[in-house]
Amino acid sequence: METPLTQYIKPDRLPPGIEDYKKAGGYSGTIKAIKEMSPSDIKTLVKSSGLSGRGGAGFPTGVKWELVPVDANGNGYKYLVANADEMEPGTFKDRYLLEGNPHQLLAGMIIASYAIGAQKAYIFLRWAYKKAEAIIRKAIAEAYDAGYLGNNILGTGYDLDIYIHSSAGRYICGEETALLNSLEGKRGIPRTKPPFPAISGLFGQPTAVNNVETLCWISHIIEKGADWFRKLSLTGEGGTKLYGVSGRVRNPGLWELPMGTTMREIIYDHAGGMLEGYKLKGVIPGGVSTDFMIESQLDTKMDFASVRAAGSRLGTGTMIVLDDKTCPVAFIHSMIKFFAQESCGWCTPCREGLPWVEKILASFENGTAKYDDIEILEFHTQYMAPGNTFCAHAPGAMEPLQSGLRYFREEFVRHINEKHCPWR
Amino acid sequence: MEVIMVKIQIDGTFYEVNPDKNLLHTCLALGFDIPYFCFHPALGSVGACRMCAVKKFANADDKKGRIVMSCMEPVTDGLIISTSDPDIKVFRAAVIESLMTNHPHDCPICDEGGECHLQDMTVMSGHNYRRFVFKKRTYSNQYLGPFIHHEMNRCIQCYRCVRFYRDYAGGRDLAVSGSANHVYFGRQTEGALESEFSGNLIEVCPTGVFTDKTLKEHYTRKWDMTYAPSICIQCSAGCNITVGERYGSVRRILSRYNGAVNGYFLCDRGRFGYLSTNSPERIKGIMVRDPQENIQKEISRDGYLSVINSAIIGKKIAGIGSPVASLEANFALEAMVGRENFYHGIDGEKFDLERTAIQILKNSSVHSPSLKEIERSDAVLILGEDPAISAPMIALAVRQASRNRSIRMAAKSGIPSWNDAAVRELAQKIKSPVFIATPLTTSLDDLAELRYNSPTSDIARLGSVISSIIDKIEPLSAGSDKSLNDIAQRIAGVLMDAENPVIITGLQHNDKKVLQAAANITAALHHNGKKPSISIIFPECNSLGLALMEGGSLDNLFEVILQGDVETLIILENDLYKRADKKKVDSIFKKCKNVIVLDSLLNETSKQADILLPSGTFAESTGTIVSSEGRGQRYYRVLPVNGHIKDSWKHISEMIEITGISKDLHWEHFDDIVASFTDSYPFFSKIREIIPGSEFRFFNEKIARQTIRFSGRTAMNANDSVSEPKPPGDDDSPLSFSMEGYKGVPPSDLVSYYWSPGWNSVQATNKYMDEPYGSAKGGNPGVLLFDHKT
Repeated sequence: METPLTQYIKPDRLPPGIEDYKKAGGYSGTIKAIKEMSPSDIKTLVKSSGLSGRGGAGFPTGVKWELVPVDANGNGYKYLVANADEMEPGTFKDRYLLEGNPHQLLAGMIIASYAIGAQKAYIFLRWAYKKAEAIIRKAIAEAYDAGYLGNNILGTGYDLDIYIHSSAGRYICGEETALLNSLEGKRGIPRTKPPFPAISGLFGQPTAVNNVETLCWISHIIEKGADWFRKLSLTGEGGTKLYGVSGRVRNPGLWELPMGTTMREIIYDHAGGMLEGYKLKGVIPGGVSTDFMIESQLDTKMDFASVRAAGSRLGTGTMIVLDDKTCPVAFIHSMIKFFAQESCGWCTPCREGLPWVEKILASFENGTAKYDDIEILEFHTQYMAPGNTFCAHAPGAMEPLQSGLRYFREEFVRHINEKHCPWR
Repeated sequence: MEVIMVKIQIDGTFYEVNPDKNLLHTCLALGFDIPYFCFHPALGSVGACRMCAVKKFANADDKKGRIVMSCMEPVTDGLIISTSDPDIKVFRAAVIESLMTNHPHDCPICDEGGECHLQDMTVMSGHNYRRFVFKKRTYSNQYLGPFIHHEMNRCIQCYRCVRFYRDYAGGRDLAVSGSANHVYFGRQTEGALESEFSGNLIEVCPTGVFTDKTLKEHYTRKWDMTYAPSICIQCSAGCNITVGERYGSVRRILSRYNGAVNGYFLCDRGRFGYLSTNSPERIKGIMVRDPQENIQKEISRDGYLSVINSAIIGKKIAGIGSPVASLEANFALEAMVGRENFYHGIDGEKFDLERTAIQILKNSSVHSPSLKEIERSDAVLILGEDPAISAPMIALAVRQASRNRSIRMAAKSGIPSWNDAAVRELAQKIKSPVFIATPLTTSLDDLAELRYNSPTSDIARLGSVISSIIDKIEPLSAGSDKSLNDIAQRIAGVLMDAENPVIITGLQHNDKKVLQAAANITAALHHNGKKPSISIIFPECNSLGLALMEGGSLDNLFEVILQGDVETLIILENDLYKRADKKKVDSIFKKCKNVIVLDSLLNETSKQADILLPSGTFAESTGTIVSSEGRGQRYYRVLPVNGHIKDSWKHISEMIEITGISKDLHWEHFDDIVASFTDSYPFFSKIREIIPGSEFRFFNEKIARQTIRFSGRTAMNANDSVSEPKPPGDDDSPLSFSMEGYKGVPPSDLVSYYWSPGWNSVQATNKYMDEPYGSAKGGNPGVLLFDHKT
């Protein structure tokens, strides 16, 4: 089984330097792309590979690049931004790639920038990833020294600078337009779409924002082709995927597995199943802004289409397992508290609705909830439905709540009847 | 550019509408009541509050539809929406319910209560029962200076305040901080707001966060005030205002919508400058100087008759008019003393400048732009005038003009002009060209593509080089000054590339050459096939009106007086010590035996009067003034005649009658003096033809100055008597001092206050126009005196 993204990552060792990476064949895709291919060839190839955004939305990467117009606005630059603001609770896949093999990201970013005609690229990094920051800074310096960055890259006449920006630490800045505002030094508030970043992104210029895992694929696809990429997968969606499992399992961790590996295989074969004395009660499949799945859905293939068909979203593919000895209401309360705190405060339903939901869930936990409160919670899941809010933050927050109310309603009612949390 | 209309379906009815506007704007223009908070017609849409939700259907077969925010929805052909779908009702009520989780229930003690957009929208949404049982969030408030009261707990985070203050008006010291449901709108530290437009926060805020501190000093609910349409007298921009009064004192000023002039806004000078009308220094009685004690004493009517007779009859009289008095008052004085004895009350230099300015404006190729036209221009050259000081609302118009390039650029990228945040994001620092040539820095400097700070002589030279370049004449004087030549080349190039450039100049620095240079640039652009316009900012609210009348300057008068010819001097609303050297003024007061002063406040001149007559301020009189644009506009009294305080023209009319010096001059009512004035000055005849006279009735009714909910009429004096007194009459205008009268939308010149069923806040303003931010219904107030050229 091939693991292209993680093949050179050894968690207990330093990441490969540029020499080691080149020796292993690194940057050959980059060289091929900018020396032998036209930007449109690259976009066509990436599009035909079917690579879709690994940040959670699953938008086809090649299509995203094709939306970027040929010319910048006025005398400006076009931009590429690597979204490394991995703040989704339970998600640590990009960190693994950033700390383990920074040149793989840079190699991909150079190709992506070349494909969209960007002359400046940014890595927008989660504030807490201090180790990754040091590693990337070193890698960028190495890439400049080796002539992969800067002016006239490899004698092709193509110029590109890559900068790293460590975020101030807001979850919403992982949303691509809030990220762009934040990168410009403005308040981290999402922007209205349209216009999409491809038209008016960073500093009002055409911009592509791609997830780290997505960008790490690019040099491999250039090197080995679209067919190779598609065949890595067990389903129609190409490639492998970094899957993670956290919660009370025997062997929590992160694995690169073919796209479409079942949830059961990931949790039981790779994460070793539940710890002794714990039963699986539910799974949040891809970061906390996705709907709960339950035991009967364990055979769902973990790709975008299959998880959607099962009523949830693949998201980041990093699962959180809920066990029977953890209060599901407390579990949801903890997530909602996070979402309420991380709301940017721009639109009414999110800013005012999430704190109310949070307060009600706290009242379940302290035993003061009433039967009507379940109705108010359900009302909020409708109120903050997609389209009703400015961005996807609050609808994402409602996903575990609405499915939690569906699957764990009995547990909610027990809190009211018993006037305290039955798990405490 | 012709707009191709599209057909859309709202609640089952088809409408043909303009696709350039967003759906909310379109629905409001069609008369639909759609609730909103963050949208403002002048600020555009940002989609924050989620209040203006409507249901959009994919096609005729789609019965389910989906919720969209109408403010962010482009209007496209075939669009099908519902404004009253059950899901929409639930959603809108939910938005209010969530806003109410933190909004205090302090309406009874809130200054906004009764004119609160949040109250109106709450009622409109149907939300009424509270399910939230937890504690509300609270904030600390800030001291924001003497004008604005801050009460953050009431904030519903619509972001309008910062969008107006920063994005629209260019302010820097009010911002949003915090996040989630701890968003805070205020300054970094306490202190007076710095923007000269801060008062608009009062009207922009949909609830009681920013309220009028001057109103708070003598608070009255909206519906208990008597209102009159008025014109701001603080500068020559001619902004339209509404004056609110109760118990004989002015309580506040609000913006009155004039789509061609001030739109929704006012500057702080205009909004808060009213306090002098309530001053204890006001002159209230007829005062006469006691020769023994040499002090002014109030006098009886009989006493007045004798002193006025001896001061006037058989005496050689001269009259001094005023650029802050109405046309009618100035004319009354001119008619009384005779044209040859009438002087404008401004020094010779300014007088001369104004004559030059009028020559420029009367030139058939010159167009004087409205503020709206300045907003739409694609290049602005400010030559030797700081509009931020002399006419702040013109500066605000220039700030909007600077956005036009970015709006065009956004349109190319498919971003509609109403998508405010997206337009600003795309534009970044790109602005339409604004060139500022002034002696000192200005608050518009952040807009300037190029600044030229130099003495006015240099600025005049720059101007003449620019016009020479445009006319392709070799400039005479710039040969030695290369940098000035380069600047002029650049400015001339941009002006020639522009479609409708505006040159803004004025009389601020008393430099005739600047004025002529500005006129030459305008003329040169005109010769070269452009459509330029020139905005000449006059110093005072009726400077242009007075300048269009006959008469001499103050310097001419000084000569006449020093020749010993004048026995009686009548001074109309004018403090001569602010116009001329103290020694000179002292000497003419010594020369004249009788000094009659008509004024409202004690000042150095009125203190010298032998006979002092109490004039009404703009709040106590009716008159017509002419703005810098050349727009004649009328202000109406908000206070009924009370005691001796009268319109100046009435005092003059009385003097004529008492003394019998003229049998021909007799003005009983305001219409009489307007008729007499326009007969004498046919140039002003449009004022009489277009602005409604006192006989005007709308649907057979006068127009009410009081709101239909005016509650105090019988209760106000209940400690004395419970009988209802007859409302005071007003023979000078078609307005009544009563709640009786026409209650719909009257002609725009006569709008006393804004109210519409369900719309108690200032947002009701939009019901008084053709479409939000469009023309006032029936045309914008005022008459343009100069031929309009485009």
